[in-house]
Amino acid sequence: MQSKSPFRKWLQKEGSAYAFLSIYWLLFIIFIIVPVLAALALSFTFFDTIQPPEFIGLRNYISLITQDDTFMKYVLPNTIQFAVIVGPGGYALAFMLAWVLAQLPKLPRTIFALILYSPSMTAGVAMAVVWKSLFSGDQTGYLNSFLMGLRLIQEPIQWLQSPQYLMPIMIVVTLWSSMGIGFLAMLAGILEINPELYEAAAIDGLNSRWQEIFFITIPSMKPQMLFGAVMSIVGTFQAGAIGVTLSGSNPTPRYAGQLIVNHIEDYGFLRYEMGYAAAVSVVLLLMVLFFTRISNRLFGSEA
Amino acid sequence: MSRNKFRRLSGVRNRGINPRGFHVSQIKFYVLLMPLAIFMLLPIIFVISNAFKPPDELFAYPPRFFVTSPTLKNFSDLFSKMSTSGIPVSRYLFNSILITLVTVAASIIVSSMAAYALSKKRFKLKKTLFAVNNVALMFVPIAVTIPRFLVIERLNLLDSFWVHILPVLAMPVGLFLLKQFIDGIPDEVIEAAQIDGASDWRIYWRIILPLIQPALATIAILTFQAAWNNADTSSLYLNNESLRTFAFYLSTLTSTTTGANAVAGQGIAAAAALIMFLPNLLIFIFLQSQVMSTMSHSGLK
Repeated sequence: MQSKSPFRKWLQKEGSAYAFLSIYWLLFIIFIIVPVLAALALSFTFFDTIQPPEFIGLRNYISLITQDDTFMKYVLPNTIQFAVIVGPGGYALAFMLAWVLAQLPKLPRTIFALILYSPSMTAGVAMAVVWKSLFSGDQTGYLNSFLMGLRLIQEPIQWLQSPQYLMPIMIVVTLWSSMGIGFLAMLAGILEINPELYEAAAIDGLNSRWQEIFFITIPSMKPQMLFGAVMSIVGTFQAGAIGVTLSGSNPTPRYAGQLIVNHIEDYGFLRYEMGYAAAVSVVLLLMVLFFTRISNRLFGSEA
Repeated sequence: MSRNKFRRLSGVRNRGINPRGFHVSQIKFYVLLMPLAIFMLLPIIFVISNAFKPPDELFAYPPRFFVTSPTLKNFSDLFSKMSTSGIPVSRYLFNSILITLVTVAASIIVSSMAAYALSKKRFKLKKTLFAVNNVALMFVPIAVTIPRFLVIERLNLLDSFWVHILPVLAMPVGLFLLKQFIDGIPDEVIEAAQIDGASDWRIYWRIILPLIQPALATIAILTFQAAWNNADTSSLYLNNESLRTFAFYLSTLTSTTTGANAVAGQGIAAAAALIMFLPNLLIFIFLQSQVMSTMSHSGLK
């Protein structure tokens, strides 16, 4: 009896807390923690789904850096280009729009917020219908027809199949749908700031709206800025499938729109080199971690 | 707060942040927002317009953006159609509706229970668990598709109804937003109930849940979008066609309608895309004020 009593005490004190947490954390462990750890473990193996995984140390990572020409020549530069424009670019755009919206009265603000947010509600699969006909490669495509009507181009352009246009279209399409939950958080953050702060700053000699943004608005809503940053980083990397959706093929034409997510799919589901794909996944997760650390430096509470 | 009084006295009511009414200084913002709003709306108007176009307008050359003689033919074609494997389209739609409803309900309960404990209960791992969840905000599910597949295979969840639902329930953003919102409820409210002898479950059910309705509405929207728009689960974890979702069916429409077929299938695909989009929009319009009040608690410290 006596040996049981500390356990009983604990159960009485903390048991119900863990009971409330149990379902969420069970699912969290199964579908988030275990897959991440499994990816890490598999990344040190050779695994073709038929034979059991065979430990090969760092060889996947070494060949990723030294032998995978596609990765080094196309996937990595593409991913960085896409991530830098869509990530910080989309984030700055979201903040700017949130700030502009905050300058309007409630009704127009709500209407514009709804319009800007609604693209982020659309599913990638649903919008593929639209992009394919807007950017269709023959003269019946809306963009081609429009540009030919203006006599800006003579021949229809194969927008989604040509390496030089695929990436810009991917970026525009992703930016179009990037005003999501982070944008709403920043809008709410700006509206929450105590107006007396602005008044006090005006008395202290702050006179332009730009100064106001940098000295009052942003410092007062750092937590929302950080939340928005994390959401935008995750959104950027999560959006990686767009190139394949648009061009309709993996690999994308001459690897022009090949991002790290497509590379994982290519090796994992098309070539069944699961160990190698897992190593690429780990690299992707590390990239997300790295970008989040940067935003933590900028907006975190310790900064 | 004296916010409104302050604004009235200082005469800045219609200028600066969150004005009450119109002021000339706002015109520049409208000028900036208008073209952008049109750009954002164009693809959505395009879907709506295409969904109601008769075949001759879909085939028209030069193509016209707006529909001139709208018809419901695309919708009736969509529902009289069978997929290549002989499943009626209504079956996919039924699956999507059922999966979405169950996921939203389950997600509200599961995340709010965990959020209540994480916010108001005292226990050793509290800080650690919240920190772990914050790290998981960065989680990119698409990166671990393969190990997830292996886990789901081990658990015998392949080709089951639950594989649509269970992975979506572990939603770090949802738990985070709910926890932040519950933090705003004063501890005294809960202590008073405890003195009256209320059990934890009763406190959660009778006090917490009614007070956090805006946050619950937000979680409902986020889960709705995740479940309703989900085509990946159907293609990765299911072979049984009769368990797949409407979003998946739509993705087969767009991937097979290439080349000469593209125009013929376009009307049906646009009708399906509209059916995908409308519920998202309606729910958000309906709940938007609740979402905004949750978002003001969204700060990540």
